[in-house]
Amino acid sequence: MPGYLYILVSLALFFIGTTGVLLRRNALFVLMSLELQLGAGSLALLTFARGLGDQKGHVVAFFLMALAAAEAAVGLAVVVSVYRTNKTIDLDGVNELRN
Amino acid sequence: MFSRLLMIPLVPLLGAAYLILFGRRHSRAAVQTIATLAVFASCVISTDAFFFGLRDSAHGGGISELVYSWFSAGNVVVDLSLRMDALSGLLCLVVTFIGTLIHVYSAGYMAHEEDYPRFFAYLNLFCGAMLILVLGDSLPVVFIGWEGVGLASYLLIGFWYKEHANASAGKKAFITNRIGDFGFLIGMFLLFRATGTLDIPAILDSAKSGGVLAAPLWLGQPVAFWAGVFLFLGAAGKSAQIPLYVWLPDAMAGPTPVSALIHAATMVTAGVYLVARMSAVYMLAPAALAIVAIVGALTALFAAIIGFAQNDFKKVLAYSTVSQLGFMFVGVGTGNFAGCIFHLFTHAFFKAGLFLCAGSVMHAMSGSGDITKMGGLAARLPWTTRVFQICWLAICGVPIFSGFFSKDAILDGAFATEIYGHGLTWVGPLVGGLLLLAAFGTAFYMSRLYFLVFSGPCRADEHVEHHIHESPASMVFPLVVLAAGAVLAGFAGIPPAIRELFGKYGESTMAVWLEPAVGAPLEVSHRTEWLVMGFATVVALGGIGLAYVFFGGGYRAPARAFAKKMPGLVALARDKFRVDELYAAIIIRPLQALCRIVFLVIDRIVIDKILIGGWAFLADLGGRICRFVQVGDVQRYLAVFAIGFAVLVWVAARPAAPDVQIVIEGNNVAVQLVDAEADGGNLTYGFDFDGDGTPDRMGPTPLARWIYGGPDRYTITITIRDERWHTQRTIKRDIEIR
Repeated sequence: MPGYLYILVSLALFFIGTTGVLLRRNALFVLMSLELQLGAGSLALLTFARGLGDQKGHVVAFFLMALAAAEAAVGLAVVVSVYRTNKTIDLDGVNELRN
Repeated sequence: MFSRLLMIPLVPLLGAAYLILFGRRHSRAAVQTIATLAVFASCVISTDAFFFGLRDSAHGGGISELVYSWFSAGNVVVDLSLRMDALSGLLCLVVTFIGTLIHVYSAGYMAHEEDYPRFFAYLNLFCGAMLILVLGDSLPVVFIGWEGVGLASYLLIGFWYKEHANASAGKKAFITNRIGDFGFLIGMFLLFRATGTLDIPAILDSAKSGGVLAAPLWLGQPVAFWAGVFLFLGAAGKSAQIPLYVWLPDAMAGPTPVSALIHAATMVTAGVYLVARMSAVYMLAPAALAIVAIVGALTALFAAIIGFAQNDFKKVLAYSTVSQLGFMFVGVGTGNFAGCIFHLFTHAFFKAGLFLCAGSVMHAMSGSGDITKMGGLAARLPWTTRVFQICWLAICGVPIFSGFFSKDAILDGAFATEIYGHGLTWVGPLVGGLLLLAAFGTAFYMSRLYFLVFSGPCRADEHVEHHIHESPASMVFPLVVLAAGAVLAGFAGIPPAIRELFGKYGESTMAVWLEPAVGAPLEVSHRTEWLVMGFATVVALGGIGLAYVFFGGGYRAPARAFAKKMPGLVALARDKFRVDELYAAIIIRPLQALCRIVFLVIDRIVIDKILIGGWAFLADLGGRICRFVQVGDVQRYLAVFAIGFAVLVWVAARPAAPDVQIVIEGNNVAVQLVDAEADGGNLTYGFDFDGDGTPDRMGPTPLARWIYGGPDRYTITITIRDERWHTQRTIKRDIEIR
């Protein structure tokens, strides 16, 4: 399987993730889409690392996993906090910064 | 270092500062003692410096002291230096001596006023500033004093500031003087530009040698002429000459001692002093002197005529001051500096005396100065009457009294002067004739004043009349001293013709005294002197006689008949020839209209609406536009962020801009891109030399050559493509083949 196909999958995942982050109303789905973007980044890193025979990409991918876990924890905490103040996690309803 | 000359102005200034700061803590007696002692101390120091310092000094130069170097900028060095010579010493004596008397008088006159310390503080401030003006040895120092006395004058005219008329009279005096100050400054700058110094002795030395000041400046007239004319404008402001005299009569709104000291005896003579001080400059420009003399003579006559019909005691005296200052300007204008300073000297005594009498009379009349409601005061105010009689005879120019000698000195000068070149010889006799008329007028209106106030029956209301009383001793004492001065001061200047009768020869004491400071006195033949004396006496007695016919013992039939026959003329003189109204119509109202237009157009519209409102509107508009971006929706922010990031990536992916080096040799052109990014052969360089839109050379090397067909202007278009990202950069260069 040629390397560029992995890159295409990574791009597709990143695009789906970005679309989800920008368009989903529910904060939980936005967080999930973020995870997709991170996964796409990891995949691209691993692909290039294998293609170039360089181990640094692998190392960064490990770090990304830890980052994703931390992000999920903080993100969920933020969502809970938002729910407590706004009684909703619909992002359209969370617009205190408006104007 | 103990500096004697510095102490002269410093002591009154310190007195002023002390009274302003702590005067309220002291009793009235303490305040008046402090103020009077301050001026008296300065009088003592001046006397000492004058009689001992001057005598010891080398003949002529006087004594000078450098207090400290004020500032130097480039080649301008201005020293705070003071000089006492015969001229400034005499003025110092007059200022401090009369100043002391008036402080004593004020103690009685102002006894019932509030703000006692403030009054005396201002009076001390005036004395200090006047002494700086007189003693200053450098034009900027003189100017400080000049402005200082203007300030003190403003403050004292408006001393009873709660009445609007008084405050606006002070304002009028100040603003009119500002016009004069502008002239002073211009004159100063002209002298500086020509001589490169502001030091008075240096300027005078330069003037005596002719040189730069005699060089033509404009309209064929020398620097000295223009400097003289502009300095005279300043002098005319301070000394109330046409056209700037209008402030002085209004200045009578101040307390009477102020009118006596500032607006009669001292400050208003500052202009005369300035011209006399710069005498050497004026001697270079006879035409400027002619202007001074003519303006002085016209003012003397004009003010005298206005004085005929004034009904306020102090206004009559004010116009008389304007008129007498006109006499003095004729004195300087005819090159007769000694005569002029002599008149200044005697005038200080009798005019201060007259004003203090006015104060005494108004004190007795419950504050009113309306002479139509006076009369018969001779019996009720014996001391005041006697002093007034002496000063009145002095100002009329009756022989023996001081005014006779000093007026005579000025008239002599006018008829005998030979300083005007050909073409201007008519000036002397003309101003002399005008002055004789003015002297007649002076005798007439002063006698009218005397008869209406002191002779005949009393025309006052019953309860005012009941109140009439002689003033307290503190007011009478200065009056008596001034009356003595009004008689004795004249003997300092007995003319040579009379001196001969007593076996003494040569010029008068005053002229000899002043010679080192203002130059040799005019040569006047004895025939001219006797003639002028005769005419002056006839004119004085004639004026007094005519006034007696009209007003002896109150308004007489001829006066009423004249007023009935020519009501228009009398009203015109009473309304001061409506000069104030004229100024209001041609200067003040147009200026106010202009201010109004400026206010409505520039202030209201340009500044308020456009410059302030406009920026506010733009800021507001910007805010309104930016507000639409701030939707508060995290996802939309993210969308913008994503787009922005993409743009940044694209920009970063563009090939960097290289340095383009073009070498032209004849028709051969070589183009090389230095520091171009040669990144793994992924960049493609295209060179379009002929401008047809397609690259003529293309490839991975950043170098291309081309041969043009002939001389012309060409445009080379270089495109750098990055095949990895499909980005490209285009560079255009214009070249010319010669």
